[in-house]
Order: sequence, then C-alpha cells, then structure tokens
Amino acid sequence: MTREEIIKPENLVYSKTKVLTDTVMHYCPGCGHGTTHRLVAEVIDEMGIQSETLGVAPVGCAVLAYNYFDVDIAEAAHGRAPALATAMKRLRPEKFVFTYQGDGDLAAIGTGETIHACNRGENITIIFVNNGIYGMTGGQMAPTTLEGMVTATSPYGREQQFNGHPLKITELVAQLPGTYYVTRQAVYTPALVRRAKKAIRQAFEYQKLNKGVTFVEIVSNCNSGWKMSPVKANEWLEENMLPFYPLGDLKVPEKE
Amino acid sequence: MAKEIKLMKGNEAIAEGAIRCGCDGYFGYPITPQSEILEYLTAENPYPKTGMVVLQAESETASINMVYGGAALGKRVMTTSSSPGISLMQEGLSYIAGAELPALVVNVVRGGPGLGTIQPSQADYFQTVKGGGHGDYRLITLAPASVQEMYDFVELGFDLAFKYRNPVMLLSDGVIGQVMEKVEVGEYKPRWTNEYIAKTYPWALVGKPESRGHNIITSLQLDPVVQEKVNHKLQAKYKVCEENEVRYETFQTEDAEILLVAYGSSARICQKVVQLGREAGIKVGLLRPITLWPFPKKPLLELSKQVKSILTVEMSAGQMIEDVKLAVECKVPVQHYGRFGGMIPTPTEIFEVLKTL
Ligand SMILES: Cc1ncc(C[n+]2csc(CCOP(=O)(O)OP(=O)(O)O)c2C)c(N)n1
Ligand code: SF4
Repeated sequence: MTREEIIKPENLVYSKTKVLTDTVMHYCPGCGHGTTHRLVAEVIDEMGIQSETLGVAPVGCAVLAYNYFDVDIAEAAHGRAPALATAMKRLRPEKFVFTYQGDGDLAAIGTGETIHACNRGENITIIFVNNGIYGMTGGQMAPTTLEGMVTATSPYGREQQFNGHPLKITELVAQLPGTYYVTRQAVYTPALVRRAKKAIRQAFEYQKLNKGVTFVEIVSNCNSGWKMSPVKANEWLEENMLPFYPLGDLKVPEKE
Repeated sequence: MAKEIKLMKGNEAIAEGAIRCGCDGYFGYPITPQSEILEYLTAENPYPKTGMVVLQAESETASINMVYGGAALGKRVMTTSSSPGISLMQEGLSYIAGAELPALVVNVVRGGPGLGTIQPSQADYFQTVKGGGHGDYRLITLAPASVQEMYDFVELGFDLAFKYRNPVMLLSDGVIGQVMEKVEVGEYKPRWTNEYIAKTYPWALVGKPESRGHNIITSLQLDPVVQEKVNHKLQAKYKVCEENEVRYETFQTEDAEILLVAYGSSARICQKVVQLGREAGIKVGLLRPITLWPFPKKPLLELSKQVKSILTVEMSAGQMIEDVKLAVECKVPVQHYGRFGGMIPTPTEIFEVLKTL
C-alpha cells in the first residue's frame, strides 16, 4: 500500500483522539504517563464531555499535561490539585472535574489536600500515577518508593527504619466514606491498558452521580528515574511494584 | 430607597460585603482575630439565597489553592486569614499573581513573629507590599481604616482584581476587625452568570467549546526568554496600576509643618494626634495611604516640599517608613514611632513624640 492509501479514512485502524492536542509529548519513551494521558483523553472523547470537562495538572513530570489535554485546564501548585478541583467543582457542579497527579504530588506534599478532598467527598475524579519515585526532579525517593529501592536520595536503598514504610495512599483513601470508587490499574500491557481504560471511564461516569471522589491509581514506571530500559522497567514493575501495590478494585459502589 | 445602616464588627462587614457584592465563593480556615468572618458566613448561609459557596478548608494552604481554582474559572472568590495563615498562603499568592488571576485576600493582622499574639499589629506590611511569596510580583493592597471601609473595600477589591487580573490584599488589623461601628450597606447584587463570565473574561476556564482552543491557566514558562517576557508584561501592568490606582486621604495638611503618615487603625489614632497638636498650636497634618501598593509617592513628595519633618506611626518596628523615605527622596527627615507585638499606641504618647520634632 502506498502512503496515500494508508491514510485514507476507510483504511484507518488507529488514530489520535481529538481530546489530545497535536503538541509533541515530552515524556520519556516507554513512560506510562503518555498511555495514561491517552486513556483519559479517549474517555472524555467517547463520553462526549470535552466541553464539559475541567482539568487540573500537577507539579511533576505531568506538569505540562495542560499542553496535551485539549480541555480547559489549570496548572496547580505542587500537591494542591485537589484544592483547586474542590473549588472548581463546587462553583461549577455541572462540569466534570479531574486532577492528574504523581505520587510525590499526591502522597507527599499534597497528602493533606488528597485526604481532605476525599474525606469531604468532593465529586471529582483523581487520576493518580504512581511510579514510586520523583520523576521530574531526577529520581529522588517518594513516599511510595519500595523498601530497598535505590533512588537519588536513597542511594543504598530505602531503609524502613530510617525512611519509614512505602505509603499505600490508595488503601488509605479507600477507607474514607467520601470516596465512591477506588481502583488500582496498570498500563504496561495491552490487556491492562484496556482494563485501565474501563476503570477511568467508570470513574468519570460515576462523577455524574455526585457520590464522592472517584480515584484511579495507575501503577506506572519511570524508566529514566529507575535507570532501566523501558522493557526492563516493565518487568521490574511487575516483579516488584505489583506484589506491594496489587491491581484491582479497592472500593466499588454497593448495588442499590 | 432609605439607606440601610447596620452596627457591625469589621470582620462581619467583610462577610456582609462579600455576600452583597455578589461574591461566588469563600474558602477559609479559622484563626483569631478574624474567625468571625467564617462564622458569620456559615451562619448567614448565603448558598440557597445567592449561590455563594462558603467552605471551611483544611488549612490556609488549601484555602488559597481553592481560591486559585475558583479564580481560574473567572469566579469572584476570596479567602481571609490572619498573619500566620497568610504566611502559609504565600506560595499560592505567587501562583495566582503569576497566572494573572483575580482574587481577594483579607489579612486581619496580628502581632508576630511566629505564633506571636492575637492582638492587633501592622507588622505584615513588608510581607504584603514587598512580595511575601517568590518572584517579581505585586499585590494591590488596600488598607481600610473603618468598618465602613472593610465593607466597601470587598467590592472595590474584586473590581480592582478583575480590572488588573491580579490578586488584591485587604490589609486590615485586629482593631478594625474587632471594633463595632455603623455601616451603610449596599443592595444585594446578583452574582455573575456563567454566560457573562464566558463572554467578558475570555481567559476563564468554562469548558472548551468547539469554537476556540483550550484555555490554560498556568504560571509556568520553562523557556527563560518567554519567562522574561511574562515578567515584562507583569511589570507593565503594575506600572499602569501605579499610575491609576493610588488612593490616599489627607487631614489638615494645607498649612502643615509636621506631617504624620499612618494607615489603618494607626491613622485613626493619628487623627486624634492632629487634633491634640492643633490645640497646642502645632501645625500638624496627616496623610493616610489607602493603597499601600501602589504607594502614594507623588503626594508625599509634594508635601515634603512644604513640611519640615515627617513622623510615620505604625504598629510595627517601622516598615512603611522605608516607602515614605523613598517617596520623599531625603528632602525632609523622616522618623518612626511604633508600638508592636500587639500593643496599640495612644494619641498622647504619639503627641509627646510630636512635641520633640
Ligand atoms: C513546593 C515545591 N516543592 C518542590 C518542588 C520540586 N518538585 C517538582 S516535581 C517534584 C516531584 C514530582 O514527583 P511525582 O509527583 O511523583 O511525579 P512524577 O514526576 O514522578 O510524575 C518535586 C519535588 C516544587 N516544584 N514545588
Ligand atoms: S522521568 Fe520518569 S516519569 Fe518522567 S517522563 Fe521520564 S520516565 Fe516518565
């Protein structure tokens, strides 16, 4: 087939969703952020809610998410996205409001905002990308860093006695009555991508019910910060991250 | 229509002013001496009547970031606090200034540093007008000296904030916050509709229609060339603001040989000092800056050609005095008299200092 034939609409099998802009993403090849962006954008597109959606980008590798999501969107201070989203949803309750945050953003500096937005039961969706490290600043230890894991600030491996335990913030927020749907997903295989997309769709759909926070954790990789090739990083994720952060739903709505 | 007069505390006037001027959202955390604002708002419960959201946040950090989120939507949102809480808000204020968003913040100042005291103070002047947060930005700063001005400056603050897309600080203190005075309140004004906001403020996040690209609210520019341009734009805006928004009041300055400069509750005390001075045959007058930024530099420079000396009176160790000195360009000696740490100067003790000038 020639190029001309390939790009004919009837031969198209795959294309970029319109809720992603044409801006070239800055993410490292193999990073889960790109895939997660795409899934969120596809869900917004498929639900037909682009004009009804307000986003909040974090400080972290996804700080420039506002250049990629083709929705009206604000860039928060480090950790404060749920506070912005709280006001946005309260002032425009008819809109879909989501935050997109890393683990340092959501589970270290922004723990207070996370817990209290969840506890108040704000009707927002939180997309939480947990790569166990501070990607943006060059691979320092995060609250989610696994025991023994080597990072720029735990060069001999994270030591439980000194640095404490990795924080399972998702288990924590699932305990709060203000969360309605809490799930943990991954995006490093096609099957998992499909499952994660369903979960993200579910989270946005549930937002219509006004029953509280819907929270989707994506256990992800940071091949740059982990200093691994993308393939190796995904293997490492499966072998090390998933036993500690098992995939699946942590809280699903009771049948009414 | 007959004027509606209420007897209220300064803090209550802030809350009443917010409800009546069509404020969309208040986000705050309790701290003395301004907790009455949140208490009054929750008691009034404006949401069913006007749609104004009132929410107690988990911290001042959250409050200011809720304000950031609300302001990004083109909504008229505000927070209030007192000194330690305002310190916590500095990062957020810098973001709001950097992202060029309108917002109103009230500081009912108490004595510091640290946990300090819950008594009145004016020691947050530097933090407010010199930029308490990071980066080259300015807060338009209004200093009310009466309960009436606490009421009036809420709407004025919102107007200035939207005119310049800049955060506005109402720098009050524990005296004005707690004292009760008569206030003439205005009519209830409706909140802006979402359609009005979308039409009037094209930068606001309202949901991206097909007809335009997406709106982005950010203070990030990784490219220093662009970031410098952003800063130039901010500085140009501040210059316009300095040219147009200086507000001040003079009291018996026509023939004055000694000039008192004071703002907020210190200015109220100094009015009495002028009276004492005049009774004793001293030609003394008062200039009260109403905007602390932009600062009334020109009128001060003018008066410096007429007076022999200037005394600034502040409830601080001497902060505004630096701006007074810069304004008068060393043309006359400028001295400071201050009480601080929650102490309030009496007219007689200031009068004693006045006699020595
Ligand atoms: C107040 C503040 N403190 C620190 C930083 C520096 N900083 C930027 S991103 C980041 C960590 C981001 O890590 P994470 O949230 O895990 O996201 P990732 O980059 O891994 O996606 C830090 C510490 C900042 N921008 N602001
Ligand atoms: S540094 Fe890590 S988190 Fe950031 S883009 Fe690269 S791989 Fe992804």
